[in-house]
Amino acid sequence: MEAARDLRTECLTINMGPQHPSTHGVLRVILELEGEVIVKATPVIGHLHRGIEKLAESKTYHQALPLTDRLDYLAPLINNLCYCLAVEKLLSLEIPPRAQYLRVILSELTRIQSHLVWLGTHALDIGAMTPLLYTFREREEILNIFELAGGSRMHTSYTRIGGFLDDVPEEFVSRVRSFIDIFPTRMKDYEGLLTKNRIWMNRTIGVGVITAEEGIDLGLSGPSLRACGVKWDIRKSNPYTSYDQFSFDIPTGTHGDVYDRYLVRLEEMRQSREIIRQALERLPSGPVNAVNPKVVPPPKERVYESIEALIHQFHIMVEGFDVPAGEVYVPVESPRGELGFYVKSDGRSKPYRLKIRTPSFVNLQSLSSMAVGRMVADIVAVIGSIDIVLGEVDR
Amino acid sequence: MEELREKFPEALEEHATHLGEETITVKKEYILSLCNYLKSQGYNFLSDISGVDLGVDKNPRFQVIYHITTVPAGKRLRVKVNLPPDNPSIDSVTTIWKSADWFEREVFDLFGVTFLNHPNLTRILTPDGFEGYPLRKDYPLRGR
Repeated sequence: MEAARDLRTECLTINMGPQHPSTHGVLRVILELEGEVIVKATPVIGHLHRGIEKLAESKTYHQALPLTDRLDYLAPLINNLCYCLAVEKLLSLEIPPRAQYLRVILSELTRIQSHLVWLGTHALDIGAMTPLLYTFREREEILNIFELAGGSRMHTSYTRIGGFLDDVPEEFVSRVRSFIDIFPTRMKDYEGLLTKNRIWMNRTIGVGVITAEEGIDLGLSGPSLRACGVKWDIRKSNPYTSYDQFSFDIPTGTHGDVYDRYLVRLEEMRQSREIIRQALERLPSGPVNAVNPKVVPPPKERVYESIEALIHQFHIMVEGFDVPAGEVYVPVESPRGELGFYVKSDGRSKPYRLKIRTPSFVNLQSLSSMAVGRMVADIVAVIGSIDIVLGEVDR
Repeated sequence: MEELREKFPEALEEHATHLGEETITVKKEYILSLCNYLKSQGYNFLSDISGVDLGVDKNPRFQVIYHITTVPAGKRLRVKVNLPPDNPSIDSVTTIWKSADWFEREVFDLFGVTFLNHPNLTRILTPDGFEGYPLRKDYPLRGR
C-alpha cells in the first residue's frame, strides 16, 4: 500500500510522423496521452513548404499556372480552374459556354477521383484493404480521361486563362459517358464493402465528432462541415462556371462524426455523376477559348505552320500580358472545401501578390478538437476523415 | 454599410466595390470592435487572412486583409487594415474566429506582422530557427 501511494501518473508525449503512412504525407502530430486517451493533439506543419506564393510573384500569369496544380495532386483541375477564374475576373474575360461546361465536367470528374483516393486510403488506414483495389480501378479510368483531354494524368495544367489548352478530342464524350454509366454499380461495390460493415461502423460512428458551430468557428469547410449538418456548398452559394444551370443536391450529415463524413462524400460522388450527366447532355458546341489575342495564344496547328503565330505564342508565354490593377478573391468548392485565390495585380504582367486559401490548411486546425478524448487508434481515422493533402497545407 | 458607418464613424477609411467585391478599409485600432460587430451581423466564417507588402519604401507598407463570409448564404466582405513599415502589429482576432489562429501565424511567419494577444504566435510554415520574412518584397527570391 505504501509503495502504491508513491506512484505517480503523468501524461506521455509521443510523436507521430512526419514519416507515418497514415498521415498521408509529411504531417507531424505531437500527441499527449493519458494511457490510451488523447489529451492534446498538436499538428506541426511546414515540412513541404515550397514557397509557391513567393515563386508566383516572379512568374507571368501563364507561367504561374503549373504551380497551382502542384498544390493538391488530387484536384489539379479544380486548382487550375480557381486560379484561372481569379485572373479572368481581373481581365473581365468572357468564357464561351462550351468551355464552361467542359470545366464543370472536368471539375466533377476531379471531385470523384479525389473522393475515390480518399475512400481507398481512408479505408486502408482503418484496416480495410479491399476498397483501395476497387477505387483505384475507377480512378485509373478518370486519369486516362484526363490524359485523353489534356495529355497529362496528374499535373494537368489543361485549364488555361481564357479557356483551355485545346478542345477535347472526339472520343472524350463517349469515354466520359461510359464511365458514368458504369459508375453507379461500382459505387454499390464500395458500399457493400463498408456501409453496413460492423467493423467499419464501430471504428467510425461517434468518432471525431465536431458540432456545426465549432466547425464554422474553426473554419472547417467542404464535406467535413456538411457532415455536421451545415448545408453550404460554394457551387450553390457563389456559383461559378455556370454551376447555377445544373440541378443537384447538397448532401448533409447530422452527427458530424467520421461515419457521416464518409456518407456525405459517397453521396457527393453520386451528385457529381449527376452533374456530369446533365452537362454531357447539354454540352454546347463552339470555341473553348475566349476571344482575346492578347491573352489567349493562337491554336497549336497555326503555331506549327506560321511564323507570326509562333511569335505570338512566344510573346504571350514568355513576356506575358498586362493585367489591370485590382484585387479579387475567388472561392470554388474543391473536394476538400473552400479553395480561394486572392490575386492582387499592380497592372503589370506578374501577380503582385498571390495568396492561396487552401481548405486542407484550415481544416487541419480542427484535428485537435476532433481527436481529444478518443483513443490513439482513432486519430488515424480522424486524419483520414478530414481528407488533407499536405502539398496544399504547406504550399 | 450605412449602419456600419453610423456605428463606427471614425473607423472607416474607405469603402469600395470593384468587380462585384466589396472592400472596406479600417483603422487598426478598431479591428476588434468592428469584427465583433460584423460577426454579430452574420459574418460567422473567416475565409482567409492574407498579408500584403505594398513596397519597401511605402508608408503604410503592410496590409492585413480579412476575407469574411456568411455561412451558409455565402455573402462576402473584404476588410483591409493598413500597417506602418516599422514594427507592424495589430490585435489578434482569434477571440472572434478560432480559425484566425493559423492564418495569423502564417502572416507573422511570412511578413513579420505581430498579432497582439495571439495564444501562440510562432512560425508555422518555415523551419525552426528560420530568419527573415520571405514574402516581404526585399526578401530575395532565391533565399539568403
